Amino acid sequence: MADYRKVLLDPLVDNNPVTLQVLGICSALAVTTSLLPALLMCMAMTGVAMMSSAAISSIRNYIPNNIRIIVQMTIIASFVIVVDQLLKAYAYETSKQLSVFVGLIITNCIILGRAEAYAMRHGVGMSFLDGLGNGLGYSIVLIMVATIRELFGAGSLLGYPILPLAGDGGWYEANGLMLLPPSAFFIIGLLIWLVRTLRPRQVEKPDYQIHEVHRTEIL
Amino acid sequence: MPDTTISRTSRNRDGIANNLIVAVGVSLFCSVLVSAAAVILKPEQQRNEELYRQRIVLDVAGIYEAGGDIEAQFSAIDTRLVELQTGTYVSGIDPQSFDALEARNDPDVSIRVPPELDIAGIRRRSIYSPVYLVRDGDTLTQIVLPVYGSGLWSRMHGFLSLEPDGNTIRGLQFYEHGETPGLGDQIDKPDWRAQWSGKLLTDETGQLRIEVVRGKVIAGEGDEHQVDGLAGATLTGRGVTHLLQYWMGPHGFGPYLQKIAEGNANNG
Repeated sequence: MADYRKVLLDPLVDNNPVTLQVLGICSALAVTTSLLPALLMCMAMTGVAMMSSAAISSIRNYIPNNIRIIVQMTIIASFVIVVDQLLKAYAYETSKQLSVFVGLIITNCIILGRAEAYAMRHGVGMSFLDGLGNGLGYSIVLIMVATIRELFGAGSLLGYPILPLAGDGGWYEANGLMLLPPSAFFIIGLLIWLVRTLRPRQVEKPDYQIHEVHRTEIL
Repeated sequence: MPDTTISRTSRNRDGIANNLIVAVGVSLFCSVLVSAAAVILKPEQQRNEELYRQRIVLDVAGIYEAGGDIEAQFSAIDTRLVELQTGTYVSGIDPQSFDALEARNDPDVSIRVPPELDIAGIRRRSIYSPVYLVRDGDTLTQIVLPVYGSGLWSRMHGFLSLEPDGNTIRGLQFYEHGETPGLGDQIDKPDWRAQWSGKLLTDETGQLRIEVVRGKVIAGEGDEHQVDGLAGATLTGRGVTHLLQYWMGPHGFGPYLQKIAEGNANNG
């Protein structure tokens, strides 16, 4: 049982695809200006991760080695299109906001990464859980970033005003930077810092150490 | 639990036959999955698109109440069909079900736009177009006209709202386009859209002057016909100018606007 827990819970903090592996940053910048599109994006991405990991795992013993990446991409792309169609049918306005980023789930390194690294070598159930775990790990980061950005950038959450804006007679002066992509970089950077302070094991070893040379050594 | 029972380099699995079987099988399965999703969800998507168009009509007229029932709000608007060449209302065709974009493919109800007039790059247009009359009680307050034309990459579809004089713009809003994200898609930005309000299509002599300029509008003669250009999206702006010039011109809604200006909006 511990195995299942580990596969599901590890990607949340200890092996988070965004903060530890620094994958999926592109969409994390783009769709996190407000919470609602971020939530939809998380659901779409988690759904695709689960389904494609399970599907790829189920035929892993038949996929020829030399065409495995293209087979994985075909399966992932199909699920992304299905999710995109579903969003257009049931969440039309938000899907307009997400625009190209739903389609770009295909190129999200997290999904292909999990397919190649995990689903190709593990059973269907475990792969499904691994997809779910990684999707949730991605979601946690996106939701945190989106909450901070919408709250401080627009004074609201899910469109409901929380901090009364100065423009509407309140006291809060909205921070425009929060609505621009760089703020997502800063927030993700701070998150990575925080996680690595709490889990020092995640800090990478330096690639090289500058060797201090004494003048006498040169001579 | 990694499985080690099956060798990853077994001959059979990497043979040409298996390559083909897996490739064809996966492609078939995926195409069935994708087409099934597209077909099953199509009616719902079309309904959404229709509702979205109705919302934009309400929005451009400034009467959209967020969160309200769009269909109920839209039903207060009088939808009519206009024969563009004469500018008269058409009876006998249900304006709600007439699709002017679909009609472009039907030679019976569409005409070729002569190339020298086709500044908007639309090639064909329907001979009829819906117009949306917004009334407050019995008085006509706004006329919303559908417009479309080529931008830089895509055909842009939108609605233009005019005052009952047929010359003063109330708003312009696009509902579908594929312009460059971050540059051309600024045509959707509220602060750019807000500039259109109060601009005049024609000057005193009846000359069509409306345009999106390059850079900022310089105050002075003619600035009541001009709107700021979009940084990095000169060609999108030019597309907007051209589609307005076409649709408001003699080959577009010109004859109808003439009638409107003479105060014949109700009986056409």
